[in-house]
Amino acid sequence: MQKTYYDPADLKKFGKISEWNQELGDKFFDYYSKVFEEGALSAREKSLIALAVAHTEQCPYCIDAYTKDGLQRGITKEEMMEALHVGAAIKSGATLVHGVQMMNKVNKLEM
Amino acid sequence: MTLKSLQKRESDLANSNRQLDILSNGIFKNGELPTFKDKIAETNQFPLTPKKLEILQINLGYMCNQVCEHCHVDAGPDRKEIMTRETMLQCLEVIKNTKAHTLDLTGGAPEMNPDFKWFVHEASKAGIKDFIVRSNLTIIRANKKYYDLPDFFKKHNVHVISSMPHYTRGKTDKQRGSGVFDKSIKALQELNERGYGMPGSDLRLDLVYNPSGAFLPGDQAAMEKDFKKALKEDFDIDFHNLFAITNLPIARFLDYLIASENYEDYMHSLVEAYNPAAVSNVMCTNTISISWDGWLYDCDFNQMLDLKVASKVQHISEYNEDLLNDRTIKISQHCYGCTAGSGSSCQGSVA
Repeated sequence: MQKTYYDPADLKKFGKISEWNQELGDKFFDYYSKVFEEGALSAREKSLIALAVAHTEQCPYCIDAYTKDGLQRGITKEEMMEALHVGAAIKSGATLVHGVQMMNKVNKLEM
Repeated sequence: MTLKSLQKRESDLANSNRQLDILSNGIFKNGELPTFKDKIAETNQFPLTPKKLEILQINLGYMCNQVCEHCHVDAGPDRKEIMTRETMLQCLEVIKNTKAHTLDLTGGAPEMNPDFKWFVHEASKAGIKDFIVRSNLTIIRANKKYYDLPDFFKKHNVHVISSMPHYTRGKTDKQRGSGVFDKSIKALQELNERGYGMPGSDLRLDLVYNPSGAFLPGDQAAMEKDFKKALKEDFDIDFHNLFAITNLPIARFLDYLIASENYEDYMHSLVEAYNPAAVSNVMCTNTISISWDGWLYDCDFNQMLDLKVASKVQHISEYNEDLLNDRTIKISQHCYGCTAGSGSSCQGSVA
């Protein structure tokens, strides 16, 4: 049994999840590949969104995958970092906007 | 610090047998990954054999004004191997009689061969229809004696194919050396001024993109769109097509992969991206590669690994097209580089 929760080599085995439920696995991977096709958004734009979400989800597999995907698409590191800041801004904004709830509660409880 | 060739550094990897050892052992020996031979046999494509010969690719020498980190030729200013006029005369005899319609001149920087212009002139007279020079662009700005190259190319209606790893300065200079981006931009503008690469122009100017690291090229059409938009907006540069070429794990790129501990992951990426549909159009099926000293190879990569053609005829001095077309093509694991994704050749994607 491995001693760590994450192993980079496991990313290559992602497809194996279908082995224990072929139907749902197939549906997931069909959906997944369809999502990333060129559409109203370019595949390049989708790759940058995926990279930002990979970080907010803190998924090491996704970070590896979409960093490499971005390089393959010729995306620059400046573009990658800007995408991350969008994710980080939403994450911190989502934290801070709850401050309004805190303030409401304080205002309600305090005399 | 200026990078030196593997040969100058007396690196282990300057020896082609050492490179072939690495490509045949390790993950390909222990069964972790299938060999290229086994992989193409799955779809009954082994042995690989030539189709109609279309391209003669002549390497005029390994001397180059640049020392790119990924160079599969291990070219550089310290390489002194260049084709002599005597070997060129033998090539011209072949050119007069070949069924191939395209002559593809490469290097190193082919323009650095002192007989380059003479050879182009003679080959033009011999009636080649499509004439390609693989120019690294900076050579045009490297020295006064090369300033007239754009006019020379135009005079002989040469199809210019130039490397341009990215449309940003940072990525280009990292791979090809400091200052390469600015010189390349200037050279492209000069070619545009002569009509090269302009919409509707017969003066063909194509760019070659190859990744600046241990990853595969993205979709060629999407990359072309990005390159065209950026080069037009930033520098008012036009070009015709972009060819996305995969870096093959040989010479300096192999050295880089091993030193950066990316070799095994990169080979996994190549094998995972293997596309059986790309096999039938790989460039070795329609090309003969000729080295600076006249030896014959299935492709420029096999030339660098010193895998000469499997034929009775192995040298330009005894060239026989019918006998050569009867050969089987020599393969090793580096061939996965030409069959990954949409495939890769000197003309870009093949599938």
